[in-house]
Amino acid sequence: MARRIKIPATKYPVERFTLANGLRVVLTPDRSAPVVGVAVVYDVGIRSEPEGRTGFAHLFEHLMFQGSENLEKLAHFRHVQGAGGTFNGSTHLDYTDYFEVLPSGALERALFLEADRMRGPRLTEENLLNQIDVVKEEIRVNVLNRPYGGFPWLRLPPVMFSTFPNAHDGYGSFGDLDSATVQDAQSFFDRYYACGNATLAVAGDFDVATATEMIHRHFGDVPSRPAPELPSFDEPDLTAEKRDTYTDRLAPLPGVASAWRVPDPIGDFGNYLPYVVLAEVLTDGDASRLVERLVQRDRTVTSIGGYIGFMGDEFQVRNPTAMLLQAHMPPGGDADKVLRTVDEELERLATDGLQPGELERVQARIATHLLRDTDAVLGRALPMAVLELQRGRPELLNELPKLVGEVTEAQIVAAAATLRPERRATVEVVPGAGAGA
Amino acid sequence: MSAKTLPDLIPDAKLKLPKEAERTLAGGLTVIAIRRAAVPLVELRLRVPFGKAPLPRATLLSQALFTGTSTMSSVDIAAELQAVGGGLSAGLDPDRLLITGNSLASGLDRMLEILAAVLTDPAYPNEEVATERDRLVDHIQVALTQPAHLARTALLKRMFGKHPYAVQTPEPDQVRSVRPAALRTLHAERVRPEGAVLVLVGDLNPEKAIDAAEKALGSWTGPAKQSEAPPTPPLEPGPLLLVDRPGAVQSSLRMALPALNRTDPDYAALQLANLVFGGYFSSRWVENIREDKGYTYGPHTSIEHYLAGSALVVSAEVATEVTGPSLLETLYELGRIASLPPAEDELEQARRYALGTLRLGMSTQAGLAGLASMYASFGLRLDHLRQYSAALATATREQVADAAARFLAPTRAVTVVLGDAEKVAAPLSALTALERSAE
Repeated sequence: MARRIKIPATKYPVERFTLANGLRVVLTPDRSAPVVGVAVVYDVGIRSEPEGRTGFAHLFEHLMFQGSENLEKLAHFRHVQGAGGTFNGSTHLDYTDYFEVLPSGALERALFLEADRMRGPRLTEENLLNQIDVVKEEIRVNVLNRPYGGFPWLRLPPVMFSTFPNAHDGYGSFGDLDSATVQDAQSFFDRYYACGNATLAVAGDFDVATATEMIHRHFGDVPSRPAPELPSFDEPDLTAEKRDTYTDRLAPLPGVASAWRVPDPIGDFGNYLPYVVLAEVLTDGDASRLVERLVQRDRTVTSIGGYIGFMGDEFQVRNPTAMLLQAHMPPGGDADKVLRTVDEELERLATDGLQPGELERVQARIATHLLRDTDAVLGRALPMAVLELQRGRPELLNELPKLVGEVTEAQIVAAAATLRPERRATVEVVPGAGAGA
Repeated sequence: MSAKTLPDLIPDAKLKLPKEAERTLAGGLTVIAIRRAAVPLVELRLRVPFGKAPLPRATLLSQALFTGTSTMSSVDIAAELQAVGGGLSAGLDPDRLLITGNSLASGLDRMLEILAAVLTDPAYPNEEVATERDRLVDHIQVALTQPAHLARTALLKRMFGKHPYAVQTPEPDQVRSVRPAALRTLHAERVRPEGAVLVLVGDLNPEKAIDAAEKALGSWTGPAKQSEAPPTPPLEPGPLLLVDRPGAVQSSLRMALPALNRTDPDYAALQLANLVFGGYFSSRWVENIREDKGYTYGPHTSIEHYLAGSALVVSAEVATEVTGPSLLETLYELGRIASLPPAEDELEQARRYALGTLRLGMSTQAGLAGLASMYASFGLRLDHLRQYSAALATATREQVADAAARFLAPTRAVTVVLGDAEKVAAPLSALTALERSAE
């Protein structure tokens, strides 16, 4: 039934160099549309926050937009948007990124803006207090004022992990946020925002020689500071199932999410990759194992999804991380029953293997997703910056569709066999809003 | 520290539109194919006129469209699409049924064949429809606990009164009573090629892609029972509507203001006025209530277009404690933009943002497909971008000030606040007349 389809690859060129001050640079030119994407990524994230400072990496991300050496507060936004561009930043477990996408004539402006804040953001009391307020509103919008806020990315790590770096709330408690000081911010910048701890990637419509010259000109005089030593955040795997339950006063329906540890995404990439494919075999669309069984046949869940990394950034996360399954259930749904069925389906996969054509079609669909993401200049600049930072291999982005296509049935079966109940962490949402109104 | 100067911008090259082709098939379907070959994929958008379709049935139809044909089950459809790296899904707005999909470029023919089977030979199997019905009811139950959804529901009612656009989400009980036979009837009457537009964008030859669409969809024929919504009623400003959400830690502030449609000669000026006021991050309102006062995280405004009318919608989630002050600052900024012309540099900044983001929007297959499909549903083509860019480039300060005075004056706003009424009623009523709603 399913026919074999050739999985295509991209051939985005990759130029790499390192400035004398330690800043690593990746260039990937493409003249097909008159736009450029610029990404700067720092090797610091939620896992590096000191105890008592939950949410600090993210709060600091906000402070990076509040003016810098040559720029007043609000200037960064106005200069990017006044050049016809857009911007943002985001904080992850293992990195923090900053990015712009602009018409190509604004490339030098974006480089200037990023270099200026790499030299030093304006860390003032007034800006700090203002952004603590804004971050609290962000947490209210995304967590406190809506059903399923923070489920499962803030709820599962404390069940699965026992060390502070891996287990704490990355958005932070209001108490910790309120007690943050300008001095904390300055120390955080000094320690982690060194140019030796960062990568810059530019993708899109530019000339390599011209861009290289511009980068030397704008970033070359950023004072050299070495990267801090990267700690290991590893901790032992679970040997007995761990579970937690909480009531969400706004949620109308029950929910459940489980996670299992997976191999080191960087140090053991060959054994890690099959889990990426396995997650899709289990949950990508109506023809996937768990959707067919739990949604359509048993009707024990309303929806189910599977992915790797608590923030879904499977190729941009370090060890330790996990494969997650998350499901919403109909009123009165039974999480235990859902988990028993998941175990049964994993067992069946581990015992009977895949159906003819099943692996090929899932690989084809993953290839589409990977290629589609790279069509946007930021879909190249951002992952290449992170791949350079974490692996020194930005060109891996081009290779992913092919590598996914080389994952074998035996590897999927072996991966499925490791997802045992005793290695599982689970969190259940009990609806507090009175389902079935 | 040595002062460094901001580098100049290199002016944009002339707007270049991609290669495209268009043909209207015998059955009435218009096919537009656009080449952007950056990745070996193709994007698909199909919009079918669906105005005034009965809401519970139409919503469930969009959810159940891919549940089966006479020869394929829902799993077959999904697996066959997946095999070419493809996927299709459907959604609904008050004017159109929208089918969205993508696949590897080599899978275009197969994706079109499967789409054709779903359009011309739908089964709506009882079991599968029942599953989708239950899921839809569950989704609606979840939506009914989301503040953004509740605030929008209240705003739409307040904006549109008895007009069909007033309700865009069906009640759970209405969905529960929809039977598969009703979906089959609705599909037979309304899922028809007349007036529908298919857009294909990607690594394709436009003429050949249209040939492929003609081959696959040539058998999709038959007259459509057409129906369009009547023009939307003018907004009727009145007391602020306060919707109670006891215990809410934030209030959802929403306003609707009148607006022009995309082809109006003054539309570019109105869009620029919107940007200067609150339509992008570097606007007066966002700089005021977020970057100066810290009342909110993601305030935004945008002009929303329907076939029967357009409106400018203002949205912010603000802390309960500052709900009154947030309304005050919003009214202040609306009053200011409506009374005083924008500064020259403010206008230039907004103008460059508007022109630049048009180019960003066209720079991906998905962006181009979305834009071309959306334009087509208003009878426009991609070359409208040239006229619109020219209008943005030449709109004067006086024209922008005039549009702001006509459309952004605070007296023209319809306002809804969803929040903890016990805490926010008094501060809000200090600023404006208020009426309360229990839900």
